[in-house]
Amino acid sequence: MHELPQQLANGLALGALYGLIAIGYTMVYGIVQLINFAHGEIFMIGGFGALTTYIMLPSGTTLLVAIPLMIIGGAIASVAVATAAERFAYRPLRGAPRLAPLITAIGLSIVLQQLVWGFYPDAKKPRSFPEFQGESFKLLDNLYLQRADAFVLVLAPLCMLALGLFVAKSRSGRAMQATAQDPDTAKLMGINTDRIIVMAFAIGAAFAAVASVAYGLDKGQINFEMGFILGLKAFTAAVLGGIGNIYGAMVGGVVLGLAEALSIAYIEEIPGMEQLGGGAWANVWAFVLLIVVLLVRPQGLLGERVTDRA
Amino acid sequence: MRHRSLLILTAVLTTGALTLTACGSRDEGSKDSGDSGGKTTVVIGVDAPLTGSLSALGQGIKNSVDLAAKTANKNNEVPGIEFKIEALDDQAVPASGQANATKLVGNDDVLGAVGPLNSGVAQSMQGVFEKADLAQVSPANTNPALSQGDNWAKGDIQRPFKTYFRTCATDVVQGKFAAQYLYNDAKKKKVYVVDDKQTYGAGLAAIFSAEFKRLGGKVVGTDHVTVKETDFSSTADKVKSSGADSVYYGGQYPEGGLLSDQIKKTGAKIPTMGGDGIYDPAFISASGEANDGDYATSIGYPVEALPTAKKFIEDYKAAGYKDPYAAYGGYSYDAGWAIIQAVKAVVADNDGKLPEDARAKVTEAMAKVSFDGVTGKVSFDENGDTTNKQLTVYEVQKGAWKDVKSATFED
Repeated sequence: MHELPQQLANGLALGALYGLIAIGYTMVYGIVQLINFAHGEIFMIGGFGALTTYIMLPSGTTLLVAIPLMIIGGAIASVAVATAAERFAYRPLRGAPRLAPLITAIGLSIVLQQLVWGFYPDAKKPRSFPEFQGESFKLLDNLYLQRADAFVLVLAPLCMLALGLFVAKSRSGRAMQATAQDPDTAKLMGINTDRIIVMAFAIGAAFAAVASVAYGLDKGQINFEMGFILGLKAFTAAVLGGIGNIYGAMVGGVVLGLAEALSIAYIEEIPGMEQLGGGAWANVWAFVLLIVVLLVRPQGLLGERVTDRA
Repeated sequence: MRHRSLLILTAVLTTGALTLTACGSRDEGSKDSGDSGGKTTVVIGVDAPLTGSLSALGQGIKNSVDLAAKTANKNNEVPGIEFKIEALDDQAVPASGQANATKLVGNDDVLGAVGPLNSGVAQSMQGVFEKADLAQVSPANTNPALSQGDNWAKGDIQRPFKTYFRTCATDVVQGKFAAQYLYNDAKKKKVYVVDDKQTYGAGLAAIFSAEFKRLGGKVVGTDHVTVKETDFSSTADKVKSSGADSVYYGGQYPEGGLLSDQIKKTGAKIPTMGGDGIYDPAFISASGEANDGDYATSIGYPVEALPTAKKFIEDYKAAGYKDPYAAYGGYSYDAGWAIIQAVKAVVADNDGKLPEDARAKVTEAMAKVSFDGVTGKVSFDENGDTTNKQLTVYEVQKGAWKDVKSATFED
């Protein structure tokens, strides 16, 4: 159990990353009941936007200066693509049966992947991404926090706090809640629901851009396929936490991240379970957890029971 | 609520399926077996991952076979025969490999195929090629079972497919060679073994572990990673707390590079060693973390160091291919050339013309092929394995792979 704090830190950092991406799934689902499967690719495009920004900066720029600019650059790219996708792929299908936009989202995901693969210079192979230099922080004898992990662990709660305040206090945020509850009545009350929907896509995309910068700084590389598995995991986190609930997305992400880290480290130490532990089974245990949670609470950890939705 | 879960499940499954099959196929190869300017066209099929994270290796394979075909045409190696290649993309996915094999079999002009890169893909192709009597030469498959049967480890060697050949040595040779180097030369005694659960990686890791233990070393722990994932920090921390003085990774460079970096980031300054799957510049450039001290074994002597390879390197440069020949270029050229030599023998036996059962004849002729290739003497033993057992250990020094030991493997 000596390495428990370290594994918890790993799980938290991974979970915070899942949570940041999961916000995009949950916001869009909460408002238009669309599972935006292209969101993993929005995340990936955020990463390439940030990388482009970094390359354009004069050489010798320190990371401290570069990171905020990279987040902005990544967010511009991901928000632009997400709002364009909303305008040209999803809005025309708003009245269509629910499966139509779902399939559109899957198609869009493939298109975006292939566009980056085909047109971004050298994107057919992983592209290297700037990394933090220097040693990790030593918190305890058995707990080292790597710089990139510290970055995501600080940034994710800040982003969540800002989003929570925005949704609860601001005029647009309240309009967003109203649209989520009942789009038709919201429209009658004079809320421009189209604008609110675009805003939901944009916020999700901006969070994805933050996540992609954190991811790049941690792994030191980004590639055109990275959105697929991470998007799937983030979507799982959103469902686990209760899709439609923004805090649920973060809670779901953290629970999923912890479940993965702990199952890698400890399942194999349970007598008789040696064969079922380690990295090979981490995803299995994560989904076992998802199934168990959904059996007990079908609406997810923080989700509300809504019966009038399909 | 029930509908929603169903919807979610369907959506997840569809996405998975679609992503795996994404990317279109290429144009159909020309079907006319007619004479083009009095010459008969013979097509050499190529199957490799031309897109995706392993495309660096796949493009090198394709270009090298293309170079072999062009060289044969230029030198009029087989009078009356014009060689062409038809390259298909398998994306390192077994199902795509099988579909590509079926497509190649359907083209009557195809008399031999080079590929694939991945042992797992090869398994799905072998049966298709055998039914059609079509010779297949892989430049890169190292899993012993492909040519020696599933029970090779128990000493019961039976060749499962008479149409399968390869120009590279197997993992038995490579895994043992790696264990001997790590134990005897690098003086490492406690190793942590990680693999990616694939045919190649798991097989290699098992052979390595057995030999390392036989030599007297200790395997202090094992773990597995999942292909295409990128976060191995939990596994890295397990490695660190196990007290291992080295890591052996059975798998490919995309995961291997990240694993090595994440282990080093935990503060454990221990080298990672792997097979030819991680011997690629992309292993080092996987992230900014320095990989100095990591090892990889690869088949054959360094292409640059072989006098026989000078011409290949020059020709490859002169041909102006966009991608480098990468780790398997030389073996791919030799694989393509072996097929060309077999066609030559068949044509010579049949008064300068292709016989009716050209495929079966070419497969038979493969067994007798022998020539001096890019990678040394090329010929196949009774199982279709190469008789060339030269290996090299590479070490990362100042951010580049440098060969530190080349030898002919002896058991």
